Amino acid sequence: MSKIPETLRYSDTHEWVEDLGGGRYRVGITDHAQELLGDLVFVEAPEAGKAIRAGAVCGVLESVKAAADLYAPLDGTVVERNDGLGDNPQWLNEDPYGQGWIMVVEADASAGDGLMDAAAYAKIAEV
Amino acid sequence: MTKVSAQNTALHDWHVAHGARMVDFAGWEMPLNYGSQLAEHEAVRRAAGLFDVSHMRPLDVSGPDARVLLRYALANDVAKLDAAPGKALYSTMLQGDGGIVDDLIVYHRGGGRYRIVLNAGGAEADTAHLQALADAHGWRVTLQKRPDLGILAVQGPTARALAATVLGIPALADLGVFHALEQGDFFVGRTGYTGEDGVEIVAANGLLTDLADRLLAAGVRPAGLAARDSLRLEAGLDLYGQDMTTAVSPYASNLGWTVDLRAADRDFLGRAALEAESAAGDGARLVGLALREGIPRHGYVVENAAEQPCGVVTSGIFSPSLQCGIALARVDAVLAPGALAAVLVRGVRRPALVIKPPFWRNGAATFSFSEEHEI
Repeated sequence: MSKIPETLRYSDTHEWVEDLGGGRYRVGITDHAQELLGDLVFVEAPEAGKAIRAGAVCGVLESVKAAADLYAPLDGTVVERNDGLGDNPQWLNEDPYGQGWIMVVEADASAGDGLMDAAAYAKIAEV
Repeated sequence: MTKVSAQNTALHDWHVAHGARMVDFAGWEMPLNYGSQLAEHEAVRRAAGLFDVSHMRPLDVSGPDARVLLRYALANDVAKLDAAPGKALYSTMLQGDGGIVDDLIVYHRGGGRYRIVLNAGGAEADTAHLQALADAHGWRVTLQKRPDLGILAVQGPTARALAATVLGIPALADLGVFHALEQGDFFVGRTGYTGEDGVEIVAANGLLTDLADRLLAAGVRPAGLAARDSLRLEAGLDLYGQDMTTAVSPYASNLGWTVDLRAADRDFLGRAALEAESAAGDGARLVGLALREGIPRHGYVVENAAEQPCGVVTSGIFSPSLQCGIALARVDAVLAPGALAAVLVRGVRRPALVIKPPFWRNGAATFSFSEEHEI
């Protein structure tokens, strides 16, 4: 079974969102998502300053075998990107909730209202 | 995720116990990886990996007309196997219009007995096809399916030596490429699908778990279908259903070498169509492409140097050994090795060097990007 931390919130497109306080949210992909994708070899995430919209494609994740879209889990503006993923895409596999974070987004307090808690996401990830 | 319809190999529970992520492949529940495709890929390139390929199906062909049937049904000529029992041959099997029904390896076991190993997806239809050909011509053959047997592939530079020790068959040290030997419970061919040395071991289902355990104990690493796919693509080997189908001929699939036209009196199925195609000389071709930037994927459009669409990617990956994107692509233009083409990668035109497959051989790349291929 894949890990689904209780403290995070989740999108149905398999991103996690961590509320950092002060209207900032850290975003990554779930353990379940990295398992589905297999070994990641290339990550293209939006640069700082870019506006993203919940449910819209904002980047690309490529494994050896497949290319998958990265979806924005909430409306906001990217303020920081994990540039270390450029040379170390394997962080997404090895530590998806830690070293493999993708970006920090500035958003309204209500931006994450549509996200799921861990229990609700677990039902999706099981399917 | 269990599908009622998927079949299990004898090693199913062994895979699960070793942490495999299982997927449905051609009706079989098979290991995709045991944690990391990249680590498994590297193990096969550097040492040895173990693949359960029991979804591929042995079919034993015997009877007085077995050779006659196979000389008619296969594009390659099993007469090449007459001299030395134990020799193996790779071949395509064609339909009348030259389209590829399947690709396979056929072993001559001596005394006019043959063993074919068929792809999982086509095994049932292939068997029916062969039986229908035999019936139509009144050939006396016996086709025996072997659900009692499974196949383990041990692949990598140290694979053959480790298999020899584990199986207790020292003669594997002297076994020639594309030859097989039978000893005790084991039928062992020096064949594979990774571009490395190695063997494929056919044995009774009941022996496979113990054999897998002993291979692991000897240092062989379990490897899944994901690594098998990246290894075979680096080795420039076609995958049936993806790089070749009934819609294309061997000439359009980089498999012209499996077509043996030398015996003029051998009227094999598809021969007339292939001779016509060969005479016309302008059909599609399957070429290799290597991209310094961007990763080509199945279905992506290929353009020639004049920026005109000229084909499509049939298989594309990020090559773990070469650390760049590689692809097999079917193109309608003549793209000579060394020429520059391009692949449209999500709207971006990425330069692609045309390669004659394989991309990787004997532990090294078969090509390099030169300065003129800089973007």
